[in-house]
Amino acid sequence: MSGNHPGLSNNFSRSGEKFSWSKDNLRSIKNIISKYPKGREQSAVMPLLYLAQEQNNNWISIECIETIAETLNMPKIRVTEVASFYSMYNTRPVGENLVQICRTSPCWLRGSNKITKTICKETKCEINDTSDDNKFTVVEVECLGACSNGPMIQINNDFFEDLDEESTKKIINNIKEGKPNVIGSQKGRRSSENA
Amino acid sequence: MSDDLINIKVNQKEIQVDKNLTVMQACEIAGEEIPRFCYHDKLSIAGNCRMCLVEIEKAPKLVSSCTMPLMEGMSIITNSEKVNTGRKGVMEFLLINHPLDCPICDQGGECDLQDQAMYYGFDKSRYKENKRAVDNKNMGPLVNTIMTRCIHCTRCVRFATEVAGVPELGMLGRGENAEITTYLEQSITSELSGNVIDLCPVGALTSKPYQFKARPWELKRTDSIDIFDSVGSNIRVDSRAEEILRVTPRTNEYINEEWISDKVRFNYDGYYQQRIDTPYIKENQKLSISNWEESLKVLKDKLKTLKPLALIGEHVDLETGYAIKKFMSNYGKDNVECRTDNHAILESLDSYRFNTPLNDIEYSDLIILLGTNPKIETPIINHKIFKAYNNDSKVFNIGENISLNYKTEYLGESLSSLNNENLIKALKKSTNPLIIIGSAFLNKIKNIKTLKSIFSYADKYKVITKEKNNLNFLNPYASRVGQLIIGNTTNKLCEPFSNLKKDNFELVLSFGSEHIANEQFNNCFKVYFGHHGDDGAMVSDIVLPTPLYTEKNGTFVNIEGRPQEAKKCHNPIGSAKEEWSILKKLSDELSFDFIPNTFEQLRSELFDKHPILSDYHEIIAVENSTSITPDIEFEDCKAEYPISNFYMSDVISKNSVTMAKCVEEITSTPSLLEKSA
Repeated sequence: MSGNHPGLSNNFSRSGEKFSWSKDNLRSIKNIISKYPKGREQSAVMPLLYLAQEQNNNWISIECIETIAETLNMPKIRVTEVASFYSMYNTRPVGENLVQICRTSPCWLRGSNKITKTICKETKCEINDTSDDNKFTVVEVECLGACSNGPMIQINNDFFEDLDEESTKKIINNIKEGKPNVIGSQKGRRSSENA
Repeated sequence: MSDDLINIKVNQKEIQVDKNLTVMQACEIAGEEIPRFCYHDKLSIAGNCRMCLVEIEKAPKLVSSCTMPLMEGMSIITNSEKVNTGRKGVMEFLLINHPLDCPICDQGGECDLQDQAMYYGFDKSRYKENKRAVDNKNMGPLVNTIMTRCIHCTRCVRFATEVAGVPELGMLGRGENAEITTYLEQSITSELSGNVIDLCPVGALTSKPYQFKARPWELKRTDSIDIFDSVGSNIRVDSRAEEILRVTPRTNEYINEEWISDKVRFNYDGYYQQRIDTPYIKENQKLSISNWEESLKVLKDKLKTLKPLALIGEHVDLETGYAIKKFMSNYGKDNVECRTDNHAILESLDSYRFNTPLNDIEYSDLIILLGTNPKIETPIINHKIFKAYNNDSKVFNIGENISLNYKTEYLGESLSSLNNENLIKALKKSTNPLIIIGSAFLNKIKNIKTLKSIFSYADKYKVITKEKNNLNFLNPYASRVGQLIIGNTTNKLCEPFSNLKKDNFELVLSFGSEHIANEQFNNCFKVYFGHHGDDGAMVSDIVLPTPLYTEKNGTFVNIEGRPQEAKKCHNPIGSAKEEWSILKKLSDELSFDFIPNTFEQLRSELFDKHPILSDYHEIIAVENSTSITPDIEFEDCKAEYPISNFYMSDVISKNSVTMAKCVEEITSTPSLLEKSA
């Protein structure tokens, strides 16, 4: 299924399964809501959307929206507005690994195009597409804030920096085989120290 | 100089204005027109169209005047080259993605964007890239959407949330992908949803039934009154030749502000369905076509021998009511009845009208709904209660546990729930409590003592004081208050209409009242004066066609006691004749005393008899009555709501295809019902 970025679509869909908060999340929600003044609980909609996405295989279904609306006692359309505004809330199912390739100028100057091509070839899926085995969804995104270490990608919650075609290929293959990966710079750099 | 006034300059002209106003409002006071799309008097300020840019001295950039508060000594410039260029720039951006389909757009000719583009638009586009296109959204059977035309002013979103009280509309996505939609494209469940059509400054939201029907400059405008509920919203009826093509609101800050209910806005197709267009006479249990001469002759003969009773329906104007009363007075007293639903009243006007001026509802801090569902009976009053609710008013409900678009505290089924402890506690704390008692109880009350007890209760808890009377009686019928004022009722001591001794009457004349089909009249000779063939016409022996409220002039008194005029829009359908002229003809032949020769004479006679009615648009003033009993005692009665389906509450709406679609798509959709619950 190709199309636009899964975070930038306004069309939400149902997962078909009931969504109810996990015990851990219920505890976190209580903590999050307590940070806002009484009567302003609706301000917690963004962290709750994030929790819901984490619990719901990395995407926001209509069921998630309805549960959040109920939890925060706010209209469903208001939750939908927020979820559709931000590209990091995925509005349709994505693969187990959401590969976000930075294509903004610094990474692009350092060859992000090559990285994109390599990833597409290795995962056998197009941009904005999910691979047949549901392992990968590949998307192009704007700056992820690691410009000095470009080109870089983000896979789920991890940054992979200082990439070239070889290291990218290795990362993808490691994921495919279930092997661990080195997070961060692939050239052994610590944070953004001089190369 | 008072503290609230400050000095400002608009285009070098010095004026004094309230310091709480915005720059835009001040400019308007100074007589400068500011173009705008997103700003609307009745909605919160969004400031997202940027069309209202003005220059303020010492400010480096142009500012949007609708969001800018005033400051002492501010100098505002609205006509400089800089302002003009700024607005032209904004307009160019707005037009980038706006399709050039004005020739096929229903908004054409009354479009804010079109009008303002005449002043600030360029004659050609500099935009070479692809324009965006947006899928149309479903918003139900009333609102048609062409979303590519949307300029994202969010007026509709704010209206749904703030006025209609149904937060179902929203703007999804952002930037290029921004789209206005309802949640999951479900129909809007509000009774006021049609107003988004008027609010939309472009042709994105238009009327579905009016689609491709007419251009605004072809239409004849007639000012009229909404008679489908008792609020008396001011409407404007647009017609071409002998057909009404649409109904829109007229602004009346005291009543409907700028809104009208979906029923009056969209049920006009029902005006022409199932019309009684010629007299009918029943022969062998079947109504067959007759003519005026024959039917009036039969009726005249019956009137010579039988003792008549006149029933007055919900859409009967005052002049007609007066003519009926005058005609019936030839047969004695107590033979005209408008309280066909057993509406209990006391003698004085304040026992059957809404005593609080509608605009003061929002200042109340405690509202008790007694057997009324304002959401479907009178959506405009419901909006005012919603305003009060948003001002932190508490709303209590007694009767059925109805679902409204705001939170209510349910106290119980019967009137005695008024003695609920929580309620008493809240009443004692409240500074401006308000009671609305609706037909669900009023039609059930049999004992005059109960009604008086309600007055005593109101007096005890300061609902009625010397300065104000917040005890309100709400019925959903447009004709009721006026007919009671001119005395079209058989008795004034709370006795229900169903207690009428049927043996006393042998002939029933129904003026649009479907209660003629009641069992109690089974043995009477029945005559139906009306415009729509429904139960009432079916059971009658003679059916006489009369015009609809849009086909004659007439006065209606709204629920607050405010007389207003509904004007004639086009000629009656078929051979319909106004009721007073039929009665005149009959009384001439029966040699009764019935003087008026013209409608104007009838009206002036009515105003001579009841001078309070001649003051259009003003609330009739009355002294607070003193119907107080020492002990408070409520009889036990079960609430029975007069209207269960907003879209199908009267003969006209029942015959409207648009209303039928609403029932199908809105009230019959389980998920929508659940949502509104």
